[in-house]
Amino acid sequence: MRIPILKLHHYLLVSIQTEIDDHTAIQFQEDLLSKIHKSGSSGVVIDLTSVEMIDSFIAKVLGDVVTMSDLMGAKVVLTGIQPAVAITLIDLGIHMKNVPTALNLEQGLTKLHQELGE
Amino acid sequence: MKPQSCVNIKKEWDIVGARQLGREIAKKIGFGIVDQARIATAISELARNIYLYAEQGQICFDVIDTMEHKGICVTANDSGPGISDIGQVMQDGYTTSGGLGAGLPGVKRLMDEFDLKSVENKGTQIKTTKWVR
Repeated sequence: MRIPILKLHHYLLVSIQTEIDDHTAIQFQEDLLSKIHKSGSSGVVIDLTSVEMIDSFIAKVLGDVVTMSDLMGAKVVLTGIQPAVAITLIDLGIHMKNVPTALNLEQGLTKLHQELGE
Repeated sequence: MKPQSCVNIKKEWDIVGARQLGREIAKKIGFGIVDQARIATAISELARNIYLYAEQGQICFDVIDTMEHKGICVTANDSGPGISDIGQVMQDGYTTSGGLGAGLPGVKRLMDEFDLKSVENKGTQIKTTKWVR
């Protein structure tokens, strides 16, 4: 199972719609970085609207992919984190402080526009 | 108590299987969406610990339904290497696997009751319960 990554102008869009196991998460990390590299995209939105739970492993993978993309020169915004997921993450003690987020896909794209000054 | 249902944890995908079954049971008992996420996340952490450190084990679910109490009991059993320093693994940020070290202290915060028994070279049992509020 692979998570599809779509290109939209100079951005990449990802909507995670399936239950993610550890392997899929790691595969996604590699796929996204190589897609950034190939497409030269400056911004990425990862939409988590359909994700019902994020455990410490998936949180680490998501946090890492933001940092890794940042190293390459692409900005990642996570969008649509559900209330139950936000509550659970804080209960777990995971604050994801350095991860840019937005309420939904639309605001995520606006945030990218602003941060990248495009 | 109704008879328990168990999921064997051997493969990575079993982590997903365990949390999906746990969430389903939690939903049937009447837990709200936030508690369902808490329970599913706790199960995921427990199952991953089995997979990472003991290679195989079991996650079992018991439905508790009495006059006073309604809830779910999640038990993680393995016959792995055991935990030598329980105080250490209950500290936030402690990890030997390169993870976030949020697992066990996180599970304790997500659930209402948490009981850890471990014997070195024999195995570990973690019993946690969440009550319907």
